[in-house]
Amino acid sequence: MTDYTKSELMVVAGAREIKDGELVFVGMRLPLLAFQLAKATHAPNAQGVFENGVLRDRPAGKPLFTMGDAPCIEGAVWATTMLDIMTLLQKGRVDLGFIGGAEIDRYGNLNTTYIGGRERAEVRLPGSGGGSDIASLAGRLVIVMNHERRRFVERVSYITSPGYGEGGGWRERTGLKGGGPVAVITTLGVLRFDPETKEMFLDSLHPGASLGEVKDVTGWPLRVGAELRETPPPTRKELEIIRKYDPNGFWTNR
Amino acid sequence: MGKILSMNQAIERFVNDGDCVALGTALEPLIPFSAGHEIIRQGKRDLTLIGPISDILFDQMVGAGCVSKMVMAWAGNVIMGVGYSLRRAVEKGIPRGIEIEDLTNFSICLALNAGAMGIPFFPTKTLLGTDMFQSNSRIKEMVCPYTGERLALVPALVPDVAIIHAQRADEEGNTHLWGSIGVSKEACLASDRVIVSVEEIVEREVIVSDPNRTLIPGFLVSGVVHEPWGAHPSAVQGYYDRDHEHYMRYHKETRTEKGFARWLDQWILSVQDRSKYIDKIGVGELQRFRVARSHEAMPVEYGY
Repeated sequence: MTDYTKSELMVVAGAREIKDGELVFVGMRLPLLAFQLAKATHAPNAQGVFENGVLRDRPAGKPLFTMGDAPCIEGAVWATTMLDIMTLLQKGRVDLGFIGGAEIDRYGNLNTTYIGGRERAEVRLPGSGGGSDIASLAGRLVIVMNHERRRFVERVSYITSPGYGEGGGWRERTGLKGGGPVAVITTLGVLRFDPETKEMFLDSLHPGASLGEVKDVTGWPLRVGAELRETPPPTRKELEIIRKYDPNGFWTNR
Repeated sequence: MGKILSMNQAIERFVNDGDCVALGTALEPLIPFSAGHEIIRQGKRDLTLIGPISDILFDQMVGAGCVSKMVMAWAGNVIMGVGYSLRRAVEKGIPRGIEIEDLTNFSICLALNAGAMGIPFFPTKTLLGTDMFQSNSRIKEMVCPYTGERLALVPALVPDVAIIHAQRADEEGNTHLWGSIGVSKEACLASDRVIVSVEEIVEREVIVSDPNRTLIPGFLVSGVVHEPWGAHPSAVQGYYDRDHEHYMRYHKETRTEKGFARWLDQWILSVQDRSKYIDKIGVGELQRFRVARSHEAMPVEYGY
């Protein structure tokens, strides 16, 4: 069964990171679809918070383009201020955060601000939004992004959202409260982090992707997990649910 | 007539060259596009824009040359990604170079909250370990005198003027806002002046029937503008939903400097005010975004 897009597989892999009953800080695009899929399958009691001030325990009644669309507020459990939502995050009440990134390095640091560094910026990207707060303060972090050489670099030129800095105990030394990234879900596989060194390694390959291909588009000598697995493909039911929430394939490139 | 003004009068009276202006504080919805467009038409210059995520309104104001500095967490086009005017300004100085003080959504909340509370800064556990210390020299770090832990310090933001769009207000500026609130309350409480544009002007009785719905009381408001569709293409809960295609077209059509100039002329400079803007899009076309499936709140009892 290959009748699915890479983005749909990424949504499925993302959904599997969510445990039932968790409070999830949901970003837009693929993370939102992953949250909705998890709720409709194995995590019916998960709740989602959105940084504009919304807490939902049920999916919105209509596909969303932004978290502020009217259907995201209609039927919400709580529509409060952004400060209240961020307060939950800093207090340590958010179990899992979900964000995308433009550039990432071997310790999971993300750059969504200046490509080429601030002084000689080749490209000015939009910036942090809430991404840096989520990466700093959520209990666990899942990152969703395209696996390309220009995006997977040895060292990001600007840290917008901190991963494990220089590795090891950097987060503790820096004073960060949240646990840091646990998974990077890409177009080619799922990467995780060594518990000691905090260096990223390849944990599973998506169906059809090869190890050589992944190494080619990763800008440092990528380590491979002890048991390299294949990412389980989406089931028919999972695809049906994703397509219900992204009927025209706007986010999943169908 | 209380504080009711036309948008033209409100911007002329309360927004000056060089001001710090907070906009787009409810995030993707309730963006005061009408006010932003009037600022562009009046040719305001050297503004500092403050806001978490202002979607394409910040991009338009930067492209029109109104802005010398931005204090923000994110700027671009929310559903399409980058804003081309912002990129041209930062990377090539077109139409002029701008300074950016990077913050995050949380730290911008804290900065405005400090401004609202009249204190110089807020300590936080966000920002630590990021390079925002490089691109925003105003952020500092300290060791907590109580616990010894590392803290980042976000200095207060006190905008000269906050501009919000809301559902309804009375003539004195007592304002009901619901749906996505974002950092609107803190921004209004922090600012020296507040301009409110609304879908409807209502009697005072409507406001006081539900005081928990009041975002800010009128004594903080300098001017009230009755501006139906004033947030289009962003959403206003209970009035209209977001016009996503407008953002897609903006992305496509403003990729080049020339494309942006054409867009600016077509949608802002050649359009006298919001009523002409509505005519230009077409009232019939706009009906597509009206509420199709009503969901009213249950009434609440305030009596005694």
